[in-house]
Amino acid sequence: MSKGFSILVDTSKCTACRGCQIACKQWNGLPATQTKNWGNYQNPQDLSAVTWKLVRMADGTNGHGKVYWNFFSDQCRHCLSPGCMAVSENGEIKQDEKTGAVLFTPKTKDLDYQATLEGCPYNIPRQDPKTKRLFKCTMCFDRITNNEIPACVKSCPTGALVFGERDKIVEIAKNRAAELKKTYPTAAALNADDVRVIYVVKDDPTKYYEFAAGK
Amino acid sequence: MTNHWIDLKNSDCLLIMGSNAAENHPISMKWVMRAKENGGKIISVDPRFTRTSAVADFYAPLRSGTDIAFLGGMINYIIEKNKYFNDYVVNYTNASYIVGDKFDFNDGLFSGYDPKTRKYDASKWAFKLNDKGVPEADPTLKNPSCVFQLLKKHYSRYPVEKVSEITGTPVADLNKVYEMFSSTGVKDKAGSVLYALGWTHHTFGTQNIRASAIIQLLLGNIGIAGGGINALRGQPNVQGSTDGCLLFHLIPGYLKVPRTSQQSLDSYVKGNTPTTGEPQSANWWQNYPKYTVSLLKSFYGDKCSKENDYGYAWLPKCDDGATYSWFDMCDVMYQGKIKGMFVFSQNPAGSHPNTNKVVKALSNLDWLVHTNIFNNETASFWHGPGLDPKKIKTEVFLLPAACSVEKEGSLSNSGRLAQWRYKAVDAPGDAISDGDMVARLVLKLKELYQKEGGKCPEPILNLQWDYVDEKGRYDSHKVAKGVNGYFLKDVTVKDPSGKDVEFKKGDLVPAFGFLQADGSTSCGNWLYCASYTKAGNMMARRGKEDPTGLGLYSNWAWCWPVNRRIIYNRASCDPAGVPWNPKRALLKWEGDKWVGDVPDGPWPPMSDKKKGKLPFIMKPDGRAFLYGPGLVDGPFPEQYEPVESPLKKNPMSKQMNNPAIKFFKSDMDKIASADPRFPFVCSTNGLAEHWCSGAFTRWQPWLLEAQPELFVEISPQLAKEIGVKNGDRVKVASVRGEVECVAMVTPRIRPFKITGKVVHQVAMPYAFGWLIPKSDRNNSTNLLTPAVGDANTMCPEYKGFMVNVTKV
Repeated sequence: MSKGFSILVDTSKCTACRGCQIACKQWNGLPATQTKNWGNYQNPQDLSAVTWKLVRMADGTNGHGKVYWNFFSDQCRHCLSPGCMAVSENGEIKQDEKTGAVLFTPKTKDLDYQATLEGCPYNIPRQDPKTKRLFKCTMCFDRITNNEIPACVKSCPTGALVFGERDKIVEIAKNRAAELKKTYPTAAALNADDVRVIYVVKDDPTKYYEFAAGK
Repeated sequence: MTNHWIDLKNSDCLLIMGSNAAENHPISMKWVMRAKENGGKIISVDPRFTRTSAVADFYAPLRSGTDIAFLGGMINYIIEKNKYFNDYVVNYTNASYIVGDKFDFNDGLFSGYDPKTRKYDASKWAFKLNDKGVPEADPTLKNPSCVFQLLKKHYSRYPVEKVSEITGTPVADLNKVYEMFSSTGVKDKAGSVLYALGWTHHTFGTQNIRASAIIQLLLGNIGIAGGGINALRGQPNVQGSTDGCLLFHLIPGYLKVPRTSQQSLDSYVKGNTPTTGEPQSANWWQNYPKYTVSLLKSFYGDKCSKENDYGYAWLPKCDDGATYSWFDMCDVMYQGKIKGMFVFSQNPAGSHPNTNKVVKALSNLDWLVHTNIFNNETASFWHGPGLDPKKIKTEVFLLPAACSVEKEGSLSNSGRLAQWRYKAVDAPGDAISDGDMVARLVLKLKELYQKEGGKCPEPILNLQWDYVDEKGRYDSHKVAKGVNGYFLKDVTVKDPSGKDVEFKKGDLVPAFGFLQADGSTSCGNWLYCASYTKAGNMMARRGKEDPTGLGLYSNWAWCWPVNRRIIYNRASCDPAGVPWNPKRALLKWEGDKWVGDVPDGPWPPMSDKKKGKLPFIMKPDGRAFLYGPGLVDGPFPEQYEPVESPLKKNPMSKQMNNPAIKFFKSDMDKIASADPRFPFVCSTNGLAEHWCSGAFTRWQPWLLEAQPELFVEISPQLAKEIGVKNGDRVKVASVRGEVECVAMVTPRIRPFKITGKVVHQVAMPYAFGWLIPKSDRNNSTNLLTPAVGDANTMCPEYKGFMVNVTKV
């Protein structure tokens, strides 16, 4: 399956306004959790059954003593061959033919959570501790099947998030990475041929997030 | 903004300084990113490495409160390296004017200073005039008394090494920024300055912006697409409220507030209407009497006429030279001299400096009326931390207000664009719009004065108040039309081309060029004349045409003045009216008319010696001010230390602070400068997730989840010195108060080397307060900040004061 839709996450244009993180919660009716400041702007600290989109914020200094602050609007990659589905034998996880969205059904409560998580290179699936059901981004399945773009993309002010037909998005992502490479030799479109949510980065992916480019 | 939001995309280099645009104006980054895609460069200058710095091409740190040193160094660089745009500077600025021999500058003080009154006699800074009343000029710019030479001399004191000692910015970083930005001082390049509260929140805030104006004029960046000085304003309609008369020294349309020495209309308009002997100057403010009389007619209608001085006596007068800022009000309240207060849409007990004093002052009121969409620290001050409600006598009324989508009206954004918006839903419960509250209040006051009389009832009784519908409800269309203005009798007047045009009584005035000083027109704000005309509500237009590709979108809503999207646009052309940069042409003179955006006046360009006019039409002599004798604290920006500084001495001069600022003397107005008890520089800042003091957004669970509580950002070096780890609880204290919060240890903050010594800087958001979320982990950062303000505007010095940080 290579048609369907894709999302470009161009981190070089992201200012971490976190509109996408909030828009995801708003559209999907997900509650806020009680958080504390843990010495970082990033909050909540991690994805959860009620946080499917999280802007990870990593600061540090590179070799020349120059400071960086990298923003990574993390979410399910909607892989072309989803690792999480390896454990799904009874339709608990579905891959929509038309859009390519990978969907966790209510039946995911019956899955082995650890095995599902281990199958995901990007550390995405999260379990509701009470119902045992697994949750993650749906690519706004209810929106994209009704001619609307995903809520996160809609909220993005800078053009860092772009939604469209997969072929076009892959092309934009690769071109953008090539353009950035002129200034940033480490720039890349991460796993563009394997995932639907394609991250363009300027720097070493691990300087954004441990699992940015996969385990 | 001289320009507008979309125009940021046209820039070759954006200097974002005194602004964290990505954090506080996220949508601005849409256009900043467009500029970047087109090859434009972004420079971020900030004490912290911010979300803006993260996407900038170049970042340079500086110590809070040293922007004038930084910018002064750039002025020196531009002149020394010959980077200025000579034709622009000679023709369009006052570079060539000869300054009178009473001007002097010595060790931090300009001539004319009186230390007793802490005021300057600005007449000492006047230009040398010829017998026609025009400043003498030397277009070769060689005369040692000409503005250009004085500017050169003044800023020769700011070599890059000296600047670095003051700002803590590495010399190489300074040179890089200067080189990048001054590369726009050529015909076909445009550089834009984006600033916000990081420049205004200082005791020398106005001079920060003046310094950027000098740079932009030297580089020829004013009046052009992709250029300008762009104030990113902090609230959706703060531009509109400033245009209205938000500030104590102004009445609508930036007319000056009447002073007690101006007892007649004649003395008021004479005192405020500039004259010039320069034949090529449009001197637009010569229309001052027309705008004043039309404003009075909008206030008092038929009740005022030439015979009663158009009701001028009914306007309140301010004492000469006195200030009436929040600080002044708070101080008088603290002394118990104010009985009651209305506070609309502000949270002074959260967002104003020295909050402990604010709360004491509020406690001295008999009554306080507050309108808001949520409860906040101001309406609830009487049960705040450490207060016993039984001992507070103030009776507080919290009126529920309609929020933005629950009312119809105009909204003016930073780009001077007034856009009409519609009501989406009814306000809940008893909530009504603030317009409705004011309308009803005035009607009630009129009724009471009518019934009971009282002292000086005329200003209320004679007030024309036809802004409600037949059911007594506030009507925003009636207000908008009143602001635009009406013809009050049948008249025949000449249009700008000299043709006779007839108007009937009751017609809306088509543009401010038609306003009169004889009582035949009314206008609530001359700048908004043309916003609501015979053609309809111009602010409600939604045309998407963009024929130039420059993003002017002239048919989308409406902007002041007269829908001119970029002001001073005649300066985008050479003196013959040919665009400096044909690729981004705003205007072009075609022999008999201007073609393009609405020109800054219809006259030919200045090369037409008979009819031509100079481009800076709001200046009396038509030329922009490199040398600005109009401010209270000097004609050139000069580096002074913030009122609280880590230094004992100002490295630039004997004069430690801005000599023209006002100090308050109450027992709660403490200052601790260069005091070992408070060794660290602190600056406050906004957060993308919260709205100003957070009074709206802290009630929103998703936003609170993303940014839950107060924190202080400190460098790893300082953390090590004071034994604090990331995430530890710390106490931050100034001489005025203290707060506890979380320490965020980050390399995005770094120590500075200032005059050879290490100085630590810390930063805190001001978005939190004790009321919500309910916990003992939050209080207002403004418990720490000093109540001192800018010499010209009284804008508080939130950016640069001294604190200590200790582990709890």
